[in-house]
Amino acid sequence: MKKRLLAGILAFCLAGTSLVGCGGASKGGTDRSESNEIVIGISQDLDQSLDPHVTVAAGTKEVMFNVFEGLVKYDPDGNTIPAVASDYEISDDGLTYTFTLREGVKFHNGETVDLDDVIYSIERCKTDPNVNPQTSTGLQCIDSLEKKDDTTLVIKLSEPNTELMSLLTLAILPDDYDKQDTQPVGTGPYKYVSRTAQENVVLERFEDYWGTPGNIDKVTYKIEEKAESLVLGLESGALDLVSHLTTTQTNELDKSDFNIETGSMNLVQALYLNNARAPFDDELVRQALCYAIDRQYILDMAFDGYGYPIGSNVFPSFKKYFDDSLTDYYTVDIDKAKELLAEAGYPDGFSMTITVPSNYQPHCDTAEVIVDELKKINVTATVKKVEWDTWLDETYKNRDFDSTVIGLTADPLTARSLLERFKSDADNNFMNYNDAEYDELFAKAIKTYDDEEQVKVYKAMEKNLTEHAANVYIQDMADMIAIRKGLTGLTFYPLYVLDVSTLKWE
Amino acid sequence: MMKKKIWNGYLIAGLVITSIVLIWIIVGQFYTPYDPTQMTGAKLQAPSAAHLFGTDKFGRDIFSRVMSGAGTTLLVAVATIGIGAVAGTLIGALTGYFGGYVDEVLMRLNDVLTAFPSILLGLVVISILGPGKYNVILALGIVFIPGYARLMRTAFASQREINYIISAQLMGASTARILAIHMLPNTFSTLLPALTIGFNNAVLAEASMSFLGIGVMPPDISLGYMLSESQGMLRTAPWYALSVGTVIAVLVFGVGMIGEGIQRIGKEDL
Repeated sequence: MKKRLLAGILAFCLAGTSLVGCGGASKGGTDRSESNEIVIGISQDLDQSLDPHVTVAAGTKEVMFNVFEGLVKYDPDGNTIPAVASDYEISDDGLTYTFTLREGVKFHNGETVDLDDVIYSIERCKTDPNVNPQTSTGLQCIDSLEKKDDTTLVIKLSEPNTELMSLLTLAILPDDYDKQDTQPVGTGPYKYVSRTAQENVVLERFEDYWGTPGNIDKVTYKIEEKAESLVLGLESGALDLVSHLTTTQTNELDKSDFNIETGSMNLVQALYLNNARAPFDDELVRQALCYAIDRQYILDMAFDGYGYPIGSNVFPSFKKYFDDSLTDYYTVDIDKAKELLAEAGYPDGFSMTITVPSNYQPHCDTAEVIVDELKKINVTATVKKVEWDTWLDETYKNRDFDSTVIGLTADPLTARSLLERFKSDADNNFMNYNDAEYDELFAKAIKTYDDEEQVKVYKAMEKNLTEHAANVYIQDMADMIAIRKGLTGLTFYPLYVLDVSTLKWE
Repeated sequence: MMKKKIWNGYLIAGLVITSIVLIWIIVGQFYTPYDPTQMTGAKLQAPSAAHLFGTDKFGRDIFSRVMSGAGTTLLVAVATIGIGAVAGTLIGALTGYFGGYVDEVLMRLNDVLTAFPSILLGLVVISILGPGKYNVILALGIVFIPGYARLMRTAFASQREINYIISAQLMGASTARILAIHMLPNTFSTLLPALTIGFNNAVLAEASMSFLGIGVMPPDISLGYMLSESQGMLRTAPWYALSVGTVIAVLVFGVGMIGEGIQRIGKEDL
């Protein structure tokens, strides 16, 4: 017995020393303000390939936004402004775009950007089968890329495309460099230094940047897949900034050390349903779920009321295409939901699984509230938490799931990139939405050159998604960002990105 | 021969503590003050008369959740040592009694299993089967087999050459009869304490697996799952982690005392 007592005391001492260890690290924040570096916590590792034309995960783009630039790039209002190009002109018929290359723009490997690099990058996005289809399909309207002189590029289109400028935010890469997937090279204010899988990604300020250079010398992204670790990391001083937190998490933080900034995540969070799998292949069942799930209740329960309810696949900050009338298309009506289920042949409800990536605490919380809500219509839902890689493989690529809670972003920031994924044969239509009318509308939308007309068609597509209850749309999540006191310059974009070039220690 | 002294302080204290906890948990399977999964607006409330252990981030009553979740933990623990002990005893009996090739082959396989740290082995099984209550039982059950097999092999092997077994063999008793009727009861002094320690390890293993997010999945609740959930709220709702942790500690302590008590049966009080 004495031995055990001793063991117990020793165990306590060990636990004690590890806590002391945590305490000692809390000076890290100030040390880093002296060495002018920051550590940002992120909740998932980047894609296997870092090649910007290939990556699909929003979390990867969020980081690499600082490394790559296109001919044009987004400003904080969501407009496209010149970047690698210094100027551009669009002909009146919308068929000819003339870009002037900015002088002396350098790649991170020291080479100067020339028009061949630009042409290579656009051509690659248009033709390479590995390229993210959200970009490549839009670029098919490009007829020719012509080098008028050393600094003037003329792009001729076969048909006008109102979204071309957004597409031309595609990263400009050197034409003679083949290690983009492991050691990417771009023209942005920060250059990629290294990564350790599941551990961290390191960026450094690019001294030869053409524009306003970044303030921070070194940016380390630390990967913490457990939501708690992000909060503990902030508290212990290991992390300086973490985005996409929930209010439960920010409440844990000591407000004398951190500022909490609130923006919106610019994504569509929904309970995405596998439209090809019973019982979700039945529109009545999907509608029943829409009537049963109370979005405001989810916001109140899991997000302390923060968030912006939505009714279709567009988020509110994308004002041009957002149709507010769809937000309340389905109002909570449990009786109606039960009737619809009975009509569909499930009077006693059914069982379903909600797959969620375990590293996204907000999605896990949402799923748990949905489970609670579905009990009211006798639907027994179970949450299945999986690793991010498993989610990408099984849910996104193999489409092997009942339903999933996830947030979808727009990249490039076009209505097309948000809505094309519901075309029945789209590669990224992982929810297997299949509606002939929708496909027709989409075909019409990309053939419509009048901006106003096109917006109408896109809105009709949004309405189609809502009416057929393609998925249960929930919200554009509020983005809680914890940022260490003394660190300023946080800029919000209508995109899922974090611009580190404007951050600085005071 | 003097009559064995059965009752000792450890055993009595252990039985009392464990019974109280067990009764509380069993009641929890039929009745809880609140619906353990019912979300309300009263989020993260400190313990009060209405909510003895307070409420969690969705406004659910933690007292009710612990009552109900401890049942899952208990089921996992009992089923796990069930699998581990039955399979382990079987392997132990065969290898211990026969020796030779059977012994060599089975025990080397056993060594392979023991070579993995138990949580890692559990992780491998879960990654193949997927998470969930029953898969956790299976995974932990497999993890627990080698320990019991090794222990029981020794217990059986030590009796093999003893005269009463040789007599039984000479009288023509079947192998099954010798193993089950003659040898098994004499291994109980080894097996019973091992079961109580195993039970405690299983409770803690379930807690660690659910804590790591590979155990039970909502709406199922277990103590480990709640502990993992409470981790993110240590500052805003410390009562959450404390109440769940205390229940685990009391349960493990009670059963540990029983184990200690069983080992002391027939021995002088120390």
